[in-house]
Amino acid sequence: METKKSEVRLMKGNEALAEAAIRAGLDAYFGYPITPQSEILEYFTEQIPKRRGVVLQAESEVASINMVYGAAGAGARVMTSSSSPGMSLMQEGISYIAAAELPCLLVNVVRGGPGLGTIQPSQGDYFQATKGGGHGDYRLIVLAPSSVQEMCDFVFDAFKLAEKYRNPAMILSDGALGQMMEKVEFPEEGSLPHIVPDWATTGKKGRERNFITSLHMEPEKMEEINLHLQKKYKTIEENEVRYETLDVEDAEIVLVAFGLPARICQKAVELAREKGIKAGLVRPITLFPFPKKILSDLSKKIDHFLVIELNAGQMVEDVMLAANGNCPVHFKGRMGGMIIQPEDVLEEIEKIIQQPILQE
Amino acid sequence: MIKGTVLINSENCKGCELCIVACPQESLSLSQKINLRGYRYVELSQDNCTGCTNCAIVCPDSAITVYRQSKQNYKKAV
Amino acid sequence: MSQEILLEDMQCVYQKPATLTDDYMHYCPGCGHAVAHKILMEVVQEMGIQEDIVGVAPVGCSVFAYNYMNIDMQEAAHGRASAAATGIKRVLPEKYVFAYQGDGDLAAIGTAETIHTINRGENILIVFINNGIYGMTGGQMAPTSLLGQKTSTSPYGRDVEHNGYPLKITDLIAHLPGAYYVTRQAVHTPNTVRKFKKAIKNAFEFQKLKKGTCFIEVVSNCPSGWKMTPKETLAYIEEKMLPEYPLGDLKVPTQNNN
Repeated sequence: METKKSEVRLMKGNEALAEAAIRAGLDAYFGYPITPQSEILEYFTEQIPKRRGVVLQAESEVASINMVYGAAGAGARVMTSSSSPGMSLMQEGISYIAAAELPCLLVNVVRGGPGLGTIQPSQGDYFQATKGGGHGDYRLIVLAPSSVQEMCDFVFDAFKLAEKYRNPAMILSDGALGQMMEKVEFPEEGSLPHIVPDWATTGKKGRERNFITSLHMEPEKMEEINLHLQKKYKTIEENEVRYETLDVEDAEIVLVAFGLPARICQKAVELAREKGIKAGLVRPITLFPFPKKILSDLSKKIDHFLVIELNAGQMVEDVMLAANGNCPVHFKGRMGGMIIQPEDVLEEIEKIIQQPILQE
Repeated sequence: MIKGTVLINSENCKGCELCIVACPQESLSLSQKINLRGYRYVELSQDNCTGCTNCAIVCPDSAITVYRQSKQNYKKAV
Repeated sequence: MSQEILLEDMQCVYQKPATLTDDYMHYCPGCGHAVAHKILMEVVQEMGIQEDIVGVAPVGCSVFAYNYMNIDMQEAAHGRASAAATGIKRVLPEKYVFAYQGDGDLAAIGTAETIHTINRGENILIVFINNGIYGMTGGQMAPTSLLGQKTSTSPYGRDVEHNGYPLKITDLIAHLPGAYYVTRQAVHTPNTVRKFKKAIKNAFEFQKLKKGTCFIEVVSNCPSGWKMTPKETLAYIEEKMLPEYPLGDLKVPTQNNN
């Protein structure tokens, strides 16, 4: 559905996301403070009482995610947000939510890890976000914004996808996107209608009872549920892949980056082109479903992939699977809150293209 | 004394005997027979039930339905 | 004299409530859970709130409660029923909401959620089944297991130096200002069941007032976990459990907090 744009503001990524959620008709937010995403909770506690919905600061991330479970099961449009260590605490609940097929929005403003790590930006939670994260075979729909505008827009997209597929959707942001200020244009409030689903536990008035569960003791039934979930994930992979490309048509080396590093790579492509290097960029927007096809197609035409991440190399594994040996897949990353610079990327590109290609 | 009786769903009974303990009239006992799930079930073995509902109230499996002579009929009988 | 002839003159005075499904309960013979389920559903039927209630049952023997209670229900993660119930009640403030939890769930893994839910005064009912043992996983020691109690993980008896004391969480809860009505009941005799039913009714009546959390502990049994016949558990409740967990109201609405 087209959402009408209505207002332009200069805002922090975290606040833009929260404002967008209210405009998207958020019924309830449950969360717990953690840097660098506390502005989301703060914004809601300030705004929601004056506008509409429920906001509650829970006693922990564990409680938050289970409140989300309860409210989503009761048919509400509901979300939580956290940052890496808090997200780890939520994983059990997320597994239950995915298994019970409850739509909701999860926001991870990723910080450096492992452990308590650092409050600086990172992409170290890629595996956790895209491979399930908790126990069992399940997937989240994962959207990776790279601007404050997308912190806003993806809230609408995430709710739409979550409700369409009865699946939790995640916005995988990072500490830098959460904190930086940019111009953002907001859709109008109420532009994303919400109908209480017929499976919700709202009291069995005029119908058979509903129940929300993830427990199936009979192996036949449990396998049936799993097959159903896998079929759903397959449908999502077929229909909901999103990505952006830059200068890939004639590229010999293609950068692959998501989120903030994709913007750094845009600059690196520019610098490379100035030097006569045919560089391009693929930015996966949905990390699940992952844009396998474009990467697979490109892998047959290009000489190199170079994956740039703010971690030790996580998405690079998915790029390798997509490339399937058709071309070499290189990796350059920074960790612990360090941000890679366009010049570092260019240096890496030059290093790669100077190496002889063994296959030829 | 008001007369009562009970109907026992012998297939739902698990023979826990809590009703037997709860019955002030000692009207109930465990049958020698077993139900399809393999439990010896409870049966009304004496004709002295007053319909007090104690047995049914403590029955975990809601296997007991209790009937009691209505006051009208009770008066008639007296 | 055949029963059929007798029945003509009689009226039904007690039967299974229609708010229970026809499913055969998986509970062991003599289990207090089943009695508590039945009574809860009797009250729901009598108050006519079947269409306006949502229940939550988390991991534990009662995780299958949704198979038996013919109302909208959610199964929750271990210990998190009160958080899930909070989520439901906050978005459906006009519905009756209850969480039905065991002792391991409520007083061990879910202690934080229990305390904070009640401290916020969530307008829900929490039914707390205390049988002093983990039934579903095979009879392990629970936070409420008695001193000296032998379980599969305290085979020499619960030792205070090693395992600490039985947690009287209901006593703790009664001190929280968010708690509106706190009572400890049982379901092992006809009279205790009748009192429990009254407590449930009170709790749902109080829920309408939106004055805070209602909390009902049920001192219950676990014949399989205790390795006793159901009849033997009756004496154990009276002689061992009730001295540690005495029955009665711990907090009732007064003029002050009414």
